[in-house]
Amino acid sequence: MTVTSRPPFRVRDVLRTFALLLLAALFLLPFLLVLRNAFATDAQITAPQTLVFPFPPHVENIPDLLSNDRVNILTGLRNSTVIAVLQTFFTILFSSMAGYGLARVPFRGRDVVFAVIIATMMIPGAALFVPQYVLVAKLGWVNTLQGIVVPGLFSAFNCFMFRQFYLDFPKELEEAGRVDGLSWLGIFRFLALPNSRGIITALGLLTFIGSWNAFLWPLVIGQDASLWTVQVGISTLLTAQTVKLSQLFLASLFAILPLVVIFLVGQRWIAEGVKMSGSKG
Amino acid sequence: MSTDRTLRPPAQRPRVNRRSRQWESTLAFWVFVGPLLLGLLAFTVLPLVWSFLISLSDARVSLNVGKWVGIENYVSLFNDRGFLDSLRTIGLFTLCIVPLTFACGLTLALLVDASKRGKAFFRSVFFLPTAVSYVVASLVWRMGLFNGLYFGLANRLLVALGLDPIQWTFDSPWVWVVIVTVRLWLQLGFTMLLFIAGLNEIPRTLYEAARIDGAEGGWSTFRFITFPLLRNTSVFVLFTSVVGAVQAFDEFYNILGSGAGGSSTAGVLGARPPMWYLYEAAFGSQDYGRAAAGSFILAALILLFTLLQARVFGLGRETD
Repeated sequence: MTVTSRPPFRVRDVLRTFALLLLAALFLLPFLLVLRNAFATDAQITAPQTLVFPFPPHVENIPDLLSNDRVNILTGLRNSTVIAVLQTFFTILFSSMAGYGLARVPFRGRDVVFAVIIATMMIPGAALFVPQYVLVAKLGWVNTLQGIVVPGLFSAFNCFMFRQFYLDFPKELEEAGRVDGLSWLGIFRFLALPNSRGIITALGLLTFIGSWNAFLWPLVIGQDASLWTVQVGISTLLTAQTVKLSQLFLASLFAILPLVVIFLVGQRWIAEGVKMSGSKG
Repeated sequence: MSTDRTLRPPAQRPRVNRRSRQWESTLAFWVFVGPLLLGLLAFTVLPLVWSFLISLSDARVSLNVGKWVGIENYVSLFNDRGFLDSLRTIGLFTLCIVPLTFACGLTLALLVDASKRGKAFFRSVFFLPTAVSYVVASLVWRMGLFNGLYFGLANRLLVALGLDPIQWTFDSPWVWVVIVTVRLWLQLGFTMLLFIAGLNEIPRTLYEAARIDGAEGGWSTFRFITFPLLRNTSVFVLFTSVVGAVQAFDEFYNILGSGAGGSSTAGVLGARPPMWYLYEAAFGSQDYGRAAAGSFILAALILLFTLLQARVFGLGRETD
């Protein structure tokens, strides 16, 4: 019995842990830099002596930033929230419905419809951004909220993931629903959806993160400062270089804080979503 | 498949009922799939067709089809040094970032997976950058870590080591360090998670068997068991990181750009990447015909690579 168990390599374990700790510090360094610079003065940031952390932290940077008209961080946060919430809700709604229909509802042309949807998944985003702009401009949606939101509501990828999920959904549950006199929509609404919380959370969080962090599309469509998302706003400040360093970093802190919180709370589901996309994609 | 038809009970429901049920499910199918399908047709297929027509038209400062110029837009792109250089820039970038992402992601996964203590902690720390946008990461890299002035963190380190500070974002080849590491930091956690998931699917019994057969562990186990069995994950990682890299825009624009209409320091790379080139063609010079043609060329290159990869690795599907 003792043949298969190896003696522990203590040296190797210590080395590995040491390497991991070093790497972890390196990965966290950018976060610490944001925190430090957000609560320091520009004089402290550029001082010849390296500052580890400003004590006491300059919390007055916060009201300074909020009252700075050129930054408009609150407008950015509001726009980003509205866009990300709308896109997450409708993307998940449309793709779960379509995924369920494609997996469960018998229809003769189902495979053809599925093939069409999968084919659109193959089109890279690079091929779409000029064409979609052309369409949105023709609709007169440049500089509107719907111009930013609507083209991003239809995800073939999420639909594919939901379809794979519902293919394995227990048939008995559906049959029980039929016996109780539920229609297809009723079965979806009252049996399938409540039993898909895991996948909805996983894909929903991934969609939310993607939407919150999106840059090129909101940059192109939301040209007016009142429509800037937090990413577009920060990019404008960064590339124009008109704002104090500490304010740039504090604005960044505002932009990443909501996601870091969501991340720490929903990490289990996000990791699940990543795994799903890896094994099914 | 040979089911004995004679053993089946005869259909019990009346015909009419079955037909109405069929109609009911057809209707339900369209209610379920209709919204997504219509959306995809309207916002993916229709724009593609339209902009293909535009790419064959003279569409300067106009979004209309009609002034046909044939393949002139495509020809002019292939004669444009700026466009060709942008393809070279992104090719070089892809060659740097993809192997690095692959190797570092796999290494991280192996390290975290093998660690006995704090596995969940390390996984979270390495995955956390996924929450950060390219815009914010670019800001941190440009203004904080790799600021070309003396107070950038990398320069403070160099000076402490007795070396000269570097003007990171203005200086080739150093600018490549900035532009590659920012994407590496952002996407390594994702890659690591994929590899960890792949590692967990390898049956433990294989390692036991190898040990009984006298494998020494370490490199030979990795070479003959772990790596071959990670094939599907590896193909997926390669595929997603290449497709992502070729379409890179955010970090280039935010690290090297100086705002709408302003000049940029992208020259240190040789040229700006294709997505930035297309962005300028469409929204700077308003030449939608050329921009559309460019996006089709880029898409064709990505598709070509995808097919090539499918050819080399199979479709990345395991048949068990």
